[in-house]
Amino acid sequence: MGLLDKKFHDSNIIVVSLEKALNWARKSSLWYMQFGLACCAIEMMATAASRYDFDRFGIIPRSSPRQADVMIVAGTVTLKMATRIQRLYRQMSEPRYVISMGSCSNCGGPYWEHGYHVLKGVDRVVPVDVYVPGCPPRPEALLEGFLHLQKKIMDETLIEGVDPNKPIVIEDKGGEKLSIKNVDQTEEHKKAQIEFPQQDAHKKESGS
Amino acid sequence: MLTSEELHDKLVEWFGSEAVELKPEEKIDPWIVVAPEMIREIAKFLRDEPELHFDALMCLSGVHYDKDNSLGVTYHLASTTEKHKLTLKVILPEDDAHVSSVEQVWKTADWHEREAFDMFGIRFDGHPDLRRILCPDDWEGYPLRKDYQVQETYRGMKVEY
Repeated sequence: MGLLDKKFHDSNIIVVSLEKALNWARKSSLWYMQFGLACCAIEMMATAASRYDFDRFGIIPRSSPRQADVMIVAGTVTLKMATRIQRLYRQMSEPRYVISMGSCSNCGGPYWEHGYHVLKGVDRVVPVDVYVPGCPPRPEALLEGFLHLQKKIMDETLIEGVDPNKPIVIEDKGGEKLSIKNVDQTEEHKKAQIEFPQQDAHKKESGS
Repeated sequence: MLTSEELHDKLVEWFGSEAVELKPEEKIDPWIVVAPEMIREIAKFLRDEPELHFDALMCLSGVHYDKDNSLGVTYHLASTTEKHKLTLKVILPEDDAHVSSVEQVWKTADWHEREAFDMFGIRFDGHPDLRRILCPDDWEGYPLRKDYQVQETYRGMKVEY
């Protein structure tokens, strides 16, 4: 059965932290909402087509905001459209992400001064996770934007202040709440750090 | 195929010299200035007269002549069968710009007139659905007027950079 077959001696159970599994699932199936606003949409379509093939990353278009995880704002956001974008964003279910693609949606682009009808940056109406620069950005740039978003998703935590990529310790100290920490944040870990006076002195001298 | 001068003579013959005025130009096409209240009858005549047969409204655009404090509408007509072209203009006062709609004559004029209304605030009397076409319905002002000042915010969104 696949790559992991017979890698475990006694059982078929893979032990990972829940967060890591969730984040991995989320980053591996980023379904984006299918809409384009200007010429950036052409590049977005090219990225989704066979040559660049978004689907390699599990990124596929959905035509309903209810089924979408990520919104690619691909193009010039007019003030008229901004009201709709706000509504579409609210219709998406959480967790939801926004990629601002191209200069127009980053900051207004060429319309920043005389475009009376253009919103000067989509981050004025919805929170943006990744900004992709370019006018329009090439498909590689959009792909890199998605890779950055995936990295960002992998760093997400259910518990505040815990890095999911490091080992986690859960302690039951008898109170109502469990204490959940990274291993390197525990007191035991800090106590166990052996001091090397000479090395530390060297560090101070070199200023690092 | 008729020239603008010949077309002008024909219009004077039917509508009188008060309704139409020829403006000959050397460098660009001549045009005929039409009285605003006469535009629909003249448009219908130009379309239906077999010899003229202007069956296509190529473009309808609004203009702001800010030095004269007036607005204008320009009609570019063409005949696909007779192969001639004609330019009509209507001059309107800036503060009360009303002109008859030609939507009933050429269906194309529907959205063109809505655009001229949206951008310049020209009212086309008799238009069946005179709403803004590009800007949102609750937009303030007419963007292509020379003295246009953009609003500071739109629905809580800052407009300026």
